[in-house]
Amino acid sequence: MNKVIITVVGKDTVGIIARVCTYLAENKINILDISQTIVSGYFNMMMITDMENASVDFERIVDELNTLGDNIGVKIKAQKEEIFESMHRL
Amino acid sequence: MFDMFEVIETNEMIDKDLLDVRTITIGISLLDCIDTDLNKLCDNIYRKITRAAKDLVKVGDDISRDFGVPIVNKRISVTPIALIGGSACKSVEDFVQIAKTLDKAARDTGVNFLGGYSAVVSKGITVADRLLMESIPQALSETDFVCSSVNLGSTKTGLNMDAVRLMGKIVKETAKITADKDSIGCAKLVVFCNAPDDNPFMAGAFHGVTEADTIINVGVSGPGVVRAALKQARDKDFEVLCETIKKTAFKITRVGQLVAREASKRLGIPFGIIDLSLAPTPSVGDSVAEILQEIGLERVGAPGTTAALALLNDQVKKGGVMASSYVGGLSGAFIPVSEDQGMIDAVNAGALTLEKLEAMTCVCSVGLDMIAIPGDTSEETIAGIIADEAAIGMINQKTTAVRVIPVIGKAEGEVVEFGGLLGYAPIMPVNNFSCERFVNRGGRIPAPIHSFKN
Repeated sequence: MNKVIITVVGKDTVGIIARVCTYLAENKINILDISQTIVSGYFNMMMITDMENASVDFERIVDELNTLGDNIGVKIKAQKEEIFESMHRL
Repeated sequence: MFDMFEVIETNEMIDKDLLDVRTITIGISLLDCIDTDLNKLCDNIYRKITRAAKDLVKVGDDISRDFGVPIVNKRISVTPIALIGGSACKSVEDFVQIAKTLDKAARDTGVNFLGGYSAVVSKGITVADRLLMESIPQALSETDFVCSSVNLGSTKTGLNMDAVRLMGKIVKETAKITADKDSIGCAKLVVFCNAPDDNPFMAGAFHGVTEADTIINVGVSGPGVVRAALKQARDKDFEVLCETIKKTAFKITRVGQLVAREASKRLGIPFGIIDLSLAPTPSVGDSVAEILQEIGLERVGAPGTTAALALLNDQVKKGGVMASSYVGGLSGAFIPVSEDQGMIDAVNAGALTLEKLEAMTCVCSVGLDMIAIPGDTSEETIAGIIADEAAIGMINQKTTAVRVIPVIGKAEGEVVEFGGLLGYAPIMPVNNFSCERFVNRGGRIPAPIHSFKN
């Protein structure tokens, strides 16, 4: 298991989840969990993914998600789960 | 598993409140490079540094990308060069050759700074120590990445007043020799009392002789995060205030701990310490002064400032020590003037003076830092400022430091621009009543009575 957290933040629009999921499927990244909420008008989505069998390396995924985010008009980040684990769990 | 709000909180800290890991610093011992032949010594130094730190910048960038947290600086600290150059250097120029070697090694490894062009003279000065200290102005003017520090006192040894007097002169000479660049050489020179062996922050980082061959030390920061958290606790009582700072410091330090552990694993170099200092930058919002204002001061320097800073410093430590078993370095709050927009504003508003800053250094982690003073300040007065600050450190068993910049050709009220992380600063007035007879006495101030604990 190589858990990576993908977050999407920005103005809500049609097809955000679809486009992110399509990208992940094309690159063999498995989605373990999705949650989504609107905080003060902003779309917030968090995906927990497993990149163990991803067909491209992490560096490229970060860059390509970044570009995809720019195209949709949202901010997409991919971060290894340890940073959240370290900060919020004893 | 964590929930979405925790994830959002972390990312807001990074994106909105400027949370970053300020530095990954590799400490490298140069003791095994010592040789009587200067060229051979320089070869050994260059090879050891470039070998030990060859992957530092890449690993730092990789970690930053993996966790989505900025790692601002990658740095190197080395064994105090006065010890390393002792048997090979017979002149000031010989030491400058080592400084140039260090500069080349720093450039070739791609790091931001290299610290350790240093002498530890808390009690006495050897021939090599003196040569190194005298070479500092030239060394700093002819290099780009090298930082220099001198430790001239400790609680255990007292103050070496000969070194204090000499450093007054060296600071002034460094200002003069770099006068065409607003005396910026002085921004790379710090004078310490009770200097720690494992500080990852510049300009004062060096790799003490108590340390292992190589070690990873990490400095975390995040004044903006503390300020943002305190906004939620506005007008609550001191218990809530302290709890909020502690919890935030804990979270910040955990990020540092993660980065340190990863860097150590990927570089194959043991982890040393986390330095959990709140280190401001000139960016708006990344300010220790703004935290103090959020605590309830109109401006830094107002009555209550010292108490607010004492509380902040202590709570940062209490939160941090829970987050990492190995906390060291300087750990606390930094109060540099030029690197903190809130401090600059306080000086410009007439709220903050050098004397108040001195009082604040009694309760925070370091000392008088990045303060621009008039270029005509005498070397004796600078020595007096150093003596006062060192005395605070010696008596209170804490680290204190002085990094003042006498800006040649500029006077009180003018502004000096250093650029980048060093920021800009209004030139602050100095009390110019003479201390010449005091600093010229020569000799040492004995160790305080409470140092005799055997």
